[in-house]
Amino acid sequence: MVKTSLYDQANRYGAEPGGGAPTKAKITFVDSHGQARTVEGETGSTVMETARRNDIPEIPAECGGACACATCHVYVDEAWVEKVGKPSQMEEDMLDFAFDVKPNSRLSCQITVRPELDGLVVTTPSQQG
Amino acid sequence: MSETIETDALIVGAGPAGLFAVFELGLLDIRAHVIDILPRAGGQCSELYPEKPIYDIPGHPLVTGQGLTDNLLEQIKPFNPTFHFNEMVETLTPTGTPEQPSFEVTTDAGTKFKAKVVFVAAGGGSFQPKKPPIAGIEAYENKSVFYAVRRMEDFRDRDVVIVGGGDSALDWTLNLQPIAKSLTLVHRRDQFRAAPHSVNALQELIAAKKVDFRLGQVTAIEGADGELSSVTIRGNDNVDTVVSAHRMMPFFGLTMKLGPVADWGLNLNENLVPVDTEKFETNHPGIFAIGDINTYPGKLKLILCGFHEGALAAQKAHRYIFPDKKLLFQYTTSSTNLQKKLGV
Ligand SMILES: Cc1cc2nc3c(=O)[nH]c(=O)nc-3n(C[C@H](O)[C@H](O)[C@H](O)COP(=O)(O)OP(=O)(O)OC[C@H]3O[C@@H](n4cnc5c(N)ncnc54)[C@H](O)[C@@H]3O)c2cc1C
Ligand code: FES
Repeated sequence: MVKTSLYDQANRYGAEPGGGAPTKAKITFVDSHGQARTVEGETGSTVMETARRNDIPEIPAECGGACACATCHVYVDEAWVEKVGKPSQMEEDMLDFAFDVKPNSRLSCQITVRPELDGLVVTTPSQQG
Repeated sequence: MSETIETDALIVGAGPAGLFAVFELGLLDIRAHVIDILPRAGGQCSELYPEKPIYDIPGHPLVTGQGLTDNLLEQIKPFNPTFHFNEMVETLTPTGTPEQPSFEVTTDAGTKFKAKVVFVAAGGGSFQPKKPPIAGIEAYENKSVFYAVRRMEDFRDRDVVIVGGGDSALDWTLNLQPIAKSLTLVHRRDQFRAAPHSVNALQELIAAKKVDFRLGQVTAIEGADGELSSVTIRGNDNVDTVVSAHRMMPFFGLTMKLGPVADWGLNLNENLVPVDTEKFETNHPGIFAIGDINTYPGKLKLILCGFHEGALAAQKAHRYIFPDKKLLFQYTTSSTNLQKKLGV
């Protein structure tokens, strides 16, 4: 699916890791057909940005991480739900605009990559927009 | 069918690029009509991040998305553009010659335009309602499944199901409840992100059993020939309930789709319209593309780039519209002529 991507300049507006050399954390994205792709995310950036930089499908992230579009929706693997944590009020509100929201739903632009998330597994829904 | 509206310039898209183009065209005595599928001006700035700060608008250390939109609207006021909101440009047909271009443009609301030049300022595409992943929903769209209300009467004495918990979902629940036979509101949680007075009004209706509120989501729909008869609601407790429904309205916000721009005979490069960097003209003489929708070597999808592009495109537009007039380069600071146009 070719989608107009607003955010080819994610670096320009996206949160960049502040201070010091960033460390890496492995993140596995499982798409809606079950195919898994494991990539390295820099701590301090977001899971959405990691997806975009690595051409992960099914995360159009139309608003570029502004928590304003809900097209970066992912399901956090049950084993990681606790470590990843709960969405903020603003994210909960935005999740109203995602489809098929489950208790382990998160917006990936609101998950910051941290060393303790090394090994994180998330699944993308079949439809975002 | 309405009569044809004639204009010098027609601008597709009321985002920052389209709005500032009104200004640059106006300085050159070119009148513009502006069309946007959204109900208001501002494009991404007002739709996606109205409250967020922008730090890289020259001369504005900080301005919010809505603030920038309001300022642009103020700035272009002297040129009195005519806005056509809630309309999507569907067709764009060249009728002139390369030297003297002319275009016929139609919208999904049936409005017809005749324009000498067209500025495509369509950004990331038109904002369109998100369609929920319910099998077979296409067959019901615009017959019994609606993403916007065009005619309230379509809902009178019907069993209506509304899905969502934002302002649109609540507004239409409140508006349609008095005329519907029954109204069921389906939302994934019992909190609503909407104006407090709407939430209060809704809660009163729920308490009075005038609105049937269900926690969960619609997972299937049933009916025939585009007419709904019932919907299946999967509760948050995973129990399915079938509810009678003649009309359904899902409200999941908007998404950007390139949309009809793809059908106008313009060259496309990964959903973007290639232009030259002297006039920002497309492969079709008289059709310009400015802002996020265009592409050229070194393109940056920045608001300030869209402003620059509009200024240069307007120069070429002037040559098409006033082939015999010489274009004088003038400053707004010192030209009494420009100041007269600006009414200052
Ligand atoms: C969260 C976020 C933050 C950003 N921050 C910055 C920043 O700090 N600095 C910066 O410079 N840029 C920023 N941007 C990018 C900036 O918003 C865009 O570059 C800008 O909005 C592009 O303006 P535009 O007028 O080209 O298009 P848009 O703003 O996308 O507007 C296009 C309009 O055209 C309409 N349209 C399209 N097709 C049709 C049709 N067929 N019929 C009718 N209407 C149609 C659409 O509905 C839309 O309203 C940001 C973007 C986002 C999402
Ligand atoms: S990218 Fe838009 S909400 Fe996450």
